[in-house]
Amino acid sequence: MQVEKFYYDNKIVKAFGYATIVFGIVGMIVGLWAAIQIYYPAISLNFAPTTFGRLRPLHTNAIIFAFVGNASFAGIYYSLQRLCKARMFSDKLSWVHFWGWQLIIVAAAITLPLGLTNGAEYAELIWPIDVAITLVWVIFGINMFGTIIKRREKHLYVAIWFYIATWVTVALLHIVRSIELPYSATGSYSWFAGVQDALVQWWYGHNAVAFFLTTPVLGLMYYFLPKAANRPVYSYRLSIIHFWSLIFLYIWAGPHHLLYTALPDWAQSLGVVFSIMLIAPSWGGMLNGLFTLRGAWDKVREDPILKFMVVAITCYGMSTLEGPLLSLKGVNAIAHYTDWIVAHVHIGGLGWNGFLAFAILYYMIPKMWGTGLYSKKLATNHFWLGTIGIILYAVPMYWAGFEQSLNWKAFTAEGQLKFDFMETVNNIKGMYVIRSIGGTLYLIGALVMTYNLYKTIAKGKFIANEEAEAAPLVKEAHEKKEYWHRVIERKPVTMLVVSLILVAIGGLIEIIPTFLVKSNIPTIASVKPYTPLELQGRDIYVKEGCYTCHSQMIRPFRDEVVRYGEYSKAGEFVYDHPFQWGSKRTGPDLAREGGKYPDSWHYNHMYDPRSMSPGSLMPQYVWLLDNKLDTASTPAKIRAMKTLGVPYPDGYDKIANRDLMRQADSIAGNLKKDKIETASNAEIIALIAYLQRLGRDIKSEPKKSLAETTK
Amino acid sequence: MSVIIILLIASISVAGLFLFAFLWSVKSGQFEDDYSPPSRILFDDKPSSTTKTQ
Repeated sequence: MQVEKFYYDNKIVKAFGYATIVFGIVGMIVGLWAAIQIYYPAISLNFAPTTFGRLRPLHTNAIIFAFVGNASFAGIYYSLQRLCKARMFSDKLSWVHFWGWQLIIVAAAITLPLGLTNGAEYAELIWPIDVAITLVWVIFGINMFGTIIKRREKHLYVAIWFYIATWVTVALLHIVRSIELPYSATGSYSWFAGVQDALVQWWYGHNAVAFFLTTPVLGLMYYFLPKAANRPVYSYRLSIIHFWSLIFLYIWAGPHHLLYTALPDWAQSLGVVFSIMLIAPSWGGMLNGLFTLRGAWDKVREDPILKFMVVAITCYGMSTLEGPLLSLKGVNAIAHYTDWIVAHVHIGGLGWNGFLAFAILYYMIPKMWGTGLYSKKLATNHFWLGTIGIILYAVPMYWAGFEQSLNWKAFTAEGQLKFDFMETVNNIKGMYVIRSIGGTLYLIGALVMTYNLYKTIAKGKFIANEEAEAAPLVKEAHEKKEYWHRVIERKPVTMLVVSLILVAIGGLIEIIPTFLVKSNIPTIASVKPYTPLELQGRDIYVKEGCYTCHSQMIRPFRDEVVRYGEYSKAGEFVYDHPFQWGSKRTGPDLAREGGKYPDSWHYNHMYDPRSMSPGSLMPQYVWLLDNKLDTASTPAKIRAMKTLGVPYPDGYDKIANRDLMRQADSIAGNLKKDKIETASNAEIIALIAYLQRLGRDIKSEPKKSLAETTK
Repeated sequence: MSVIIILLIASISVAGLFLFAFLWSVKSGQFEDDYSPPSRILFDDKPSSTTKTQ
């Protein structure tokens, strides 16, 4: 048989690799900056774009989509060509994918600090960027499947299955989460409200972790670990089981982010059950990785690449055991809203994703430049800096989360709450300092790597097109008794459809009933739509990223009810597009904030939080006092809300601003009584209106009718 | 709450289907060749040194 000669495209891998390094370091610096703000609020510079509420989404988006995203693409473009024994389907599509993705990242880096956000965690990017992501993702898909179709190797190696599942599921997740109604060129409201929005959000949020941070990286593990260790994967059979069970189970686990919230109980239980089941495939994958090194542990002592991989895989195992444990209701009651969760995700982010990304960079770059790594010693130093960094990051955060939660729940012998919120914060401030030291070490490690790779590149010569040869794939007549799995493996399109169906079944079974079954969301007669001013104030709340530190969901626990008020009901959120339950309580819950303090308290608190609550970690929001509210957007916002089913009267959009000004004047009047002079069109007025509304609908309701309506 | 019954039936039957497919594939020898695919990736397909390189 005639062998064909062809060339692997290394240039595209190089581009994605460089982007990984650049955006990784940027994302880490932003994360460190945000981490320091938690104990030293002045570092927000009193500048809107650099306050925690805007930096945190920038950090998460940069790390997930720019750092891990680019690393995955680099690894996929490198390994897919070699596994398929074919150049990428189209160089042009490769570059459209590359530049499209980088433009999306730059657009995110501009819009997020400007406060342009959807207010949904990890899906903050505004609707035009959402559209761009969809297009670029489709291009990536065409390029990937095109390559698979023209491959010279019949058998699809396990890594490719993981890439396929990634592409399919991320497409599905992104589209469903991005169903939103634009009201302007940059603004939109989520199509879903309240409980349903929450379910969609965490179905998306959890599976972003599963299919953007886990499956592509597992694919990379199955390629790069055997290559780096120069021995086949421990069990190919296990990898097949690992793959199918993982993609099938993962999609069901989302509701474990909403335990004890107003989400219907059955959905919570379903999430818990599937989360526990996930231990099996996750550990199957971890053991498969670690056992691959069976009998080769002497290599790990020598080779920094394998060192990174071993810790990465171990961290994968640790966080996939911890995840299911955290989804047990008893554990979740303690851990939710605390720094425990922050520690958990950073074991995954710093350990699993970061270390595996470093490992593949150390592997690919010397190979593509036809040379050896500049310094093994520096790489080993990077490994230790990173590892110590992870420990210094995670241990204090575990401690802080556990301690603060126990403090929140502590009662005195007389039955009073033992600590007020501020005390529980002050008790853990030291932990935040240590955490940022850990983060700094990790960042220094990444800089050491950059230097090392720069030196490696300088001494090598880049092989843009790597020569290879293989026999073409012969189209053989299909035998009758072909095994079904082999058939699927050979046909990527069939695979795609099968994966999509499996994944969709899980998602639909969970989501559709909550939409259909009315009893899930008891309608509460006294819950009314937001006034125009409150709606504008709510958008400011979303814009400033208040949800990154404040929850709006009181769980039915004694301490929370005593501290914050009546626990939250599903029916209270029916007009919340998007929902703002939050996932972290760096500050106290705000679900029943309305009426707790006078308007002037909020005014002074926004100007300088420490003047009203000494020791507070909150940044100052001085610009809210000066910025003028954009009332021109009110009619469009009201119209959008009406389309989404919020019962404003017909034609209300035209007179909404009249009501808005009336309410604003009354708040300005209240402030004047407390000797605060302010224009009634300042943004702060709208925010005060919203904060004073929070949780009041239920308070105003007589007990009797509450019992009736929530039945 | 009645919806949870439907859910359980749906999820158990899907999971059961999966289990069935898996058992069937093992029995029918689907995974007999679990040696060559993992080994194959370890070899680079560099053109053999005798042919026209250099």
